[in-house]
Amino acid sequence: MERILKSPNVTGWLLAAPLTLVLAAFLVLPIVMIVIVSFWTATDFSIVPAFSWENYAFLFGSEVTYRVFLNTFKYAAITWAVTLVLGFTVAYFLAFHVRSQTWQTALFLLCTIPFWTSNIIRMISWIPFLGRNGIANSTLISLGVIDEPLEWLLFSDFSVILAFVHLYTLFMVVPIFNTMMRIDRSLLEAASDAGASGFQTLWNVILPLTRPGIMIGSIFVITLVMGDFITVRFMSGSQAANVGRLISNDIALLQYPSASATAVVLLATVLLTIGILLRLVDIRKEL
Amino acid sequence: MKKNHYSRRTLLKGAAAAGLASAFPAPMIWAQDIKDITLRQFGTGVSNLNEVAQKVKEDLGFTLTMTALDSDAVTQRAATQPDSFDIADIEYWICKKVWPTGNLQAMDTSKIKNYDKIVGIFRSGKLTPESTVAQGTAPHTVGFTSGPGGKDFVQEESGWMTLIPTIYNADTLGIRPDLIGRPIESWTELLNPEFKGKASILDISSIGIMDAAMVCEAMGEITYGDKGNMTRGEIDRTMAIFTEAKKAGQFRAFWKTFDESVNLMASGEVVIQSMWSPAITAVKSRGIPCVYQPLKEGYRSWGGGIGLSARLDGLALEAAYEYINWYLSGWVGGFLMRQGYYSAVPETSKEFMSENEWGYWFEGKPAADTITNPQGQAMAQAGEVRDGGSFEERMGRVACWNSVMDENQYMVRKWNEFIAA
Repeated sequence: MERILKSPNVTGWLLAAPLTLVLAAFLVLPIVMIVIVSFWTATDFSIVPAFSWENYAFLFGSEVTYRVFLNTFKYAAITWAVTLVLGFTVAYFLAFHVRSQTWQTALFLLCTIPFWTSNIIRMISWIPFLGRNGIANSTLISLGVIDEPLEWLLFSDFSVILAFVHLYTLFMVVPIFNTMMRIDRSLLEAASDAGASGFQTLWNVILPLTRPGIMIGSIFVITLVMGDFITVRFMSGSQAANVGRLISNDIALLQYPSASATAVVLLATVLLTIGILLRLVDIRKEL
Repeated sequence: MKKNHYSRRTLLKGAAAAGLASAFPAPMIWAQDIKDITLRQFGTGVSNLNEVAQKVKEDLGFTLTMTALDSDAVTQRAATQPDSFDIADIEYWICKKVWPTGNLQAMDTSKIKNYDKIVGIFRSGKLTPESTVAQGTAPHTVGFTSGPGGKDFVQEESGWMTLIPTIYNADTLGIRPDLIGRPIESWTELLNPEFKGKASILDISSIGIMDAAMVCEAMGEITYGDKGNMTRGEIDRTMAIFTEAKKAGQFRAFWKTFDESVNLMASGEVVIQSMWSPAITAVKSRGIPCVYQPLKEGYRSWGGGIGLSARLDGLALEAAYEYINWYLSGWVGGFLMRQGYYSAVPETSKEFMSENEWGYWFEGKPAADTITNPQGQAMAQAGEVRDGGSFEERMGRVACWNSVMDENQYMVRKWNEFIAA
């Protein structure tokens, strides 16, 4: 018995077992359930076990699905681009311009302050700010910049993306900052000794070395935005839809099978996107 | 569960006592046991009020717990989790969906003391003998079943009710008179380009489509066979008109919760929208003018009632009947009427309201003095008249009842397309 337990093979399996069990019970099993239910059918108030392609047929047969997926990608792409530029800049500033470690920590904590409140509150607080008679419009009017309140500030794609950027930029800052801190400073000196300008160092040395951080941040932001439904609902005033809202509408109306089918397609889409991203950078090798 | 606390013997005793109690209603033999009973009620926010639970404890002695959910969640729970509640406080259109599951039990009207005083809308379907029955899921059409254990609906007063009516009202559009500055008389105004970017409609498909239908019919674009049970063609044409308006930027936002509708109106983002009566008063109580505008095409109405879980039996069931009788005996009615709703048995509520309150809320008379809500906030000053007037004027002009359609699934998909458009 003792010999069996001491065999490295068995120890390895035993050590891996708790995590495997947890993941199997709380990740794999629910996903398998969702896939199974996506083939069921539903009436107004009950779901019926079956094997039917009806949910998928409706999903792929409806023009709305494509429009909504396109919209989801649009939100993800724009949010990704904006958070990347912002996140990279902030991380760069923190990592290379702030010399004292105390200040680095202090400024980094400053970035996390908004996260001390719930993200719903952070999001909703934009509504009175951007409204027709909100602070933004009244300030602009009193400064004489505009005569009429800007209608597109609230309940528009603009406000949705603004909220996304506000909510998720930190997810970009943290991993990028982290990889930047690991860059060997002597590489920068070497670049400068070899006559590289500041921009050349940034482009040819720092950027390639922070790729893993950028990739991790991107995965965070893209999966968060693609899976969101509440931000889109509140900030667009329910006027815009993304895939998350399709799913939540279905759930509200007890159409679990159809919600599951949409969820399965969304999951596949997100996995595919991440797969493509990982092809670009081998995170494990570079970390 | 509480029920298990009783042995078979005490349960039998309880049943016997309950039988006695219903035969001789006044002295409650089981008065000692009743304080141990907890009834779990759930429903939409409108009538799930903590004040009611407190008063139940005072007047009847047992405990009533309340859970408030949105109407989708209520439907879901009533249909799928019959063990999670004792009393379902639901709307009649939800009842149409839930009743066939057998999760609710029929109620014996002979045990309902004030049954004869319940307004006609919930019995024959007619407010007065002359009135016509409105379109949609009119409460009386799903209010009765064939007998105990029945899963069907019958059209006559069979003596077995599915829900005991408790609360109802007539809904219309809310407007900001100060920002509109002219009279509004018709549902068509919701799509009037004058209010481009300042209109809103609620994003709850089953009710939203009805408001949309009121507008389309008022515009003369569509004539419906039954707005509460549209054909696919009618749904398509209704949604086409609204999609076009949405694309043209008519709507500022859609709302899903009570608070959203209040904020949209109070902030001036929206000047005309579908709205519920207490939302109007919430806007008004902030000192912002807001009118629940009566419109010439009539109201979209809704009604709610109390249903009993099929699992309820013995002493708990008797307590539930006691609760229902208490509910209709006037105190709750008065409480609800002071918020602008109507009670199913108005005459008993009258005893719990001042003459001024009764005159203002029910008879449509000018207020003789300041009208306050149950929380003590001023709702109207002396001389003001309720929007829409008296009970008969408002409930007599119902054009359509909230409903669930045969083409519900199709409608929901079309509504989703409208939101995504």
